[in-house]
Order: sequence, then structure tokens, then C-alpha cells
Amino acid sequence: MKSRRLTAIALIAVLFAAAAVAAPIRIAVIMPSATTDLAFSQSMYSALLSVQKDMGGESALVLKHTDNMFNVPDAAAAIRDYASQGFDVVIAHGSQYGSSVQEVAKDFPKVTFAWGTDVNTFGLSNVYAYTAAAEQGGFVNGFLAAKLTKSKKVGVTGPVKVGDAKTYVDGFLQGIQYADKSITVSETWTGSFSDVALMSAAAKTHIANGADSLTGSSQSVVGSIGAAKDKGGILWFGTQFEQTSLAPALVVASQVYDWTAMLKEIIAKRKAGSLGGSTYVLTLANGGLKIAYNPGYALPAAIKTAADATIKSIANGSIKVQP
Amino acid sequence: MKNIFSLNVISGILNTMIALATPYLYAAIGEVFAQTAGVVNLGVDGIMLLSAFAAFYVALVTGNLWLGLLAAAVVGLLMGLLMSFVSVSLKAEQGVSGIGLYMLGLGLSSLLFKVMIGTVKTIEGFKPVELPLLSAIPFLGPILFRNNILVYAAFLLVPIAWFVLEKTTFGLKVKSVGQNPAAADSLGINVDRIRYVSVCIGAVLAGLAGASLSISLTNLFQDNLTAGMGFIAVALVYFGGWSPVGVLGGALLFSVVNSFQLWMQVLGVNIPSGVAVMLPYLLTIVALCVTVNRVRQPAALNKPFERGES
Repeated sequence: MKSRRLTAIALIAVLFAAAAVAAPIRIAVIMPSATTDLAFSQSMYSALLSVQKDMGGESALVLKHTDNMFNVPDAAAAIRDYASQGFDVVIAHGSQYGSSVQEVAKDFPKVTFAWGTDVNTFGLSNVYAYTAAAEQGGFVNGFLAAKLTKSKKVGVTGPVKVGDAKTYVDGFLQGIQYADKSITVSETWTGSFSDVALMSAAAKTHIANGADSLTGSSQSVVGSIGAAKDKGGILWFGTQFEQTSLAPALVVASQVYDWTAMLKEIIAKRKAGSLGGSTYVLTLANGGLKIAYNPGYALPAAIKTAADATIKSIANGSIKVQP
Repeated sequence: MKNIFSLNVISGILNTMIALATPYLYAAIGEVFAQTAGVVNLGVDGIMLLSAFAAFYVALVTGNLWLGLLAAAVVGLLMGLLMSFVSVSLKAEQGVSGIGLYMLGLGLSSLLFKVMIGTVKTIEGFKPVELPLLSAIPFLGPILFRNNILVYAAFLLVPIAWFVLEKTTFGLKVKSVGQNPAAADSLGINVDRIRYVSVCIGAVLAGLAGASLSISLTNLFQDNLTAGMGFIAVALVYFGGWSPVGVLGGALLFSVVNSFQLWMQVLGVNIPSGVAVMLPYLLTIVALCVTVNRVRQPAALNKPFERGES
């Protein structure tokens, strides 16, 4: 009788242990734009899918997403909903979601929250913050643009002068100055992360003013890329996501945000019992930022070599880019 | 600063103005028809979104821009019928049903985009067509007569809409059901039918507005492509005093200020970009304050018609 009882207890313990081992981690992500925006949101969503695949699929990582959350109160409700549904990690992918995370995270101390782009964890032990040193890739793109422009006029199409949109452009301007001080750079800021038509008009304005190389940040830059493609002969330098697919003939290079290492570390730390409290910064040095050259664009070898040297110098700190 | 007054810059400002004004013209003139008949359709933005998607998708799949345009018009018509059914036949509150239509267009276009296309793609949109002789006119020729077919059609729509509303029996009926539907009804005019037709005309034009965005102005589709343009179009109807000519003035004013602020930024004029971006909206509000009291809106605007009720 005693041995039967022991066997039953052992069996139950094994079953519980097996269930615990097999229990997938549940991650939810809230994004401001579509998962297919070829920019900010897609960079995170693609990284999550990549991590899920590396971990063995849905049996290891359950992923839910809510996109197009331009409306912050709606996003706040979604963050709370996911936390209350027992998700292990809730990612609020947008700097506008900071106050929502700060408020909700206090009510769910066992849930890990990650948000960005920012560096503030609000002093909460269950909040990770993350950001990208976008100015570094911006510098490289600016360097490339300065080497390739023939008209000596370069245009920047941005949404709002905040966050990584601003730091990317700051780096881009420094890269231009570093390579060639004689180049004129014009900036336009549309005031919107989503107004594709206005972004397209801004790009056309730069082109009409003589710019032959353009760059820009946010999900609305697809309008700029479309305008450059329509005109033809205009070069494009992308950021946040690999943008070559949209205009294979004119994209020279894209700064790519690769969140996979950061996500894996957050998952590993959570499993080890650390729910938050630190900040991640994607850089060229830690591989979170990558410069993806368009293989379809015939970049002169000397310029590519110089750009690679610039990347190395930024990574080892001999070139310091100011955000 | 002197660069702003160079011919090159002025020409650039006017070029951008014409391109930006095109979707507003279609959508706002369409809304003039609906509102003149007494129906406020706040779903214009949703119709634009769904039609923009339809036009882009059909053009992407078939390679035929004209089929894309047709798809946008058909989607516009269907959305117009839905709006008419809810607000005219069921006599639902027009503002609420319009917002519902907007939400439907926003959500459905996003869903269909994800399922049927998946990612942002571009197409070759309508190309500029040079009008012989006219495009050779110095300065104004290339600005006015080197545009694509949807731009020409949008500007032609102004006199056509004016003529229909002011000089035809149909236009008279539209006005009468918008001013005094009971009187119109007593004269044998089918109020509901006229309202259905007017809302549907407006919706088809909103559909063309969406198409002008996705297969002419940006040549792509993305979630929430309109970014609220449909609501500005509704504001332009008030601005324009329910007249196609007034709407033209409003659309051009809004677009020229938008174009001007872009050029100011490109030329490095030293004003904060936030202020520059505000200018078109600020001016529209000021102009609305100045003009809206001077015109009379349709007396039965936003009022469902019930036979036997005055």
C-alpha cells in the first residue's frame, strides 16, 4: 500500500515537472503600426518570430500581438488585458506607451514588461527598457550618402523630432559632415508617424529642390521611398528594417534593428528569476544594429570598404557619434 | 529667404499643391452632394481607405490601373448604399452611423491588406499626361497641364458638380430634400431616393479619392493610408459653404499652405518644424471661423426624414 502511494506521488510529481518543463513562455506585444510596416513595428515582430522559431515554435513560445495601436489609451487597455490574461512578458513597443507601462506594471508584479524605445525602467523591478543607438547607423548611412550624391544635395524626411527618429537623423547629419562638409542637407518633418501622402509630398519637394539622395524614419517613409522610385535615379538609405524589397534599384543600405539577442536575454533572465530592472541599447558593437547593404545595388568597392571601416570605428569607439 | 520667391520654388509649391488637393477635391465634392441632400457622411475616410485598398489590390493583381479605379468606385458605391440604408432607410443618427462606416473601412482595409497583400508594395501608378500646346505655356503650363488623368478629372469635377447642383432638375431636387424634405415630398419628390443617390454619388467620389491616393499620389497601400484626410474633406465642405467652387478654394488653400510649409523646411527657413506643420490646420480653423457664419447650411442637414413629420 505504501509503495503504491509513493509511486502515485512520484508519478504526479513527474507529470507536474514535465508540465512545468513543457509550459511555453507566453509573450504579447503591442505595436503602434502594422506588423508589415517595413519599419519599427515589423523589426520587433520579425525578431519575435525569429526567437519563436529558434526556441522550437509555438510549443515553446506563444506569441500574441496587437498592432496599429496609434491610440495610446487603447494600447494601455491592451497592455493591461494581456497582463491580466497571465502572459509572462508584455512588450509595449513604442516610446508613447511609457506612462501606460509604468501604471500597469505596478499592478502585475509577476509579469515582465518591456518597453521602448527609452531607457527608463521607472525604478520597477519587473520593467525592462530598450532603445537603439540609431545615430550610429544614421552616421554610416550619412557617410554613404555623402560619398554617393552627385548633386551634393541630400534630403531627410522625418515624422516628429523625437526618439530614434531624431537620433537617427542626428547621426545621419554627422556622417554627412564627417565625409563631406560641402553637402547641403535639407530636413522636413511632417508631424505625423502615419501620414504617407504628406511624407511622399515631402520627398517630392526634396527631389524638386535638387536632392538625389534621401533618407527618413518611421512607418510613413514608405511614401518617401515610393516618391523616389517614381522619380527614378534617387538613392534611398533606410533605417529600422531592411527596406530593399520596396525599391530594389534605389536602396543603398538599411540600418536594421535586430532585437533577437535582447529578447532571448529577457526570456533567459525571466526563467532565471529576474523579471526586469535593466536597460538594453542596440548598438553596432553588440550586433543589435546591423547595416544591410542591398546586394542589388552596385556600391563601389572603395566606398563599401570605407563604410565598413566607419562601422568598425563606431563599434570600437574611435568614432563617437552624438545622439 | 529670397529663395522662397524664386520661380523654381513657386512652381514647386504650386505643383505639390495640385497633387495634394486632388484627393480632397474628390472626397469633399462628394460630401457636398450628400450634405446638400441633408445627409452628413462622416464615414468618408473609411470609404477612402477601403477603396484605396481595392484600387491598389486590383491594380497590383491585374496590372490594370483602370480596373483598379473601377474597383474603387464599386467599393465606394457599396459603402454608399450601406450608409444610405442605415441613415436614410433605418433613420439612424447620421454622425454615429458615419463613424461606424469609418471604423468598418479602417478595420476591413487593414484586415484585407494583411490577408491579401501582407506587406507594403509599390506599383506603377498613373503617369503624367502632357496636354498638347497647353503644357508648353511658360511657367503655368507644366504646373497645370502636366499631371495624371486623376488630377485633371478632380479639377474638372468642380464645374461639373456645380452645373449638376445649380443647373439641373436633379440638383434642384437634391437641394430641396436638403432644405425642406417635407415640402419636397409634397411636390412628389421621393426624398429617400434622392438622398440615396446623393450619398452614393458622394461615396463613389470618396472611392475615387482613395484611388487617387493609392494608385496616383503614393502608388502603394499601407494601413490607415488616408491619415484622416476624409475628416479634413468633411471640414472643407463647411469651409466651402456647400459649394463645389468653395470646396475648390478650401482644398487649394489647405494644400498650398501644406506645400509652402514643406518648402520652407526644405529651404531651411528658420521656424520650428512643429509650427510649420501646424500652419495648414491653423489656417483652416481661422478660415472656418471667418467663413462658416456667412453661408447657410442645408436646413435639414443631419435630420432623418419621416413622412408626416414637419
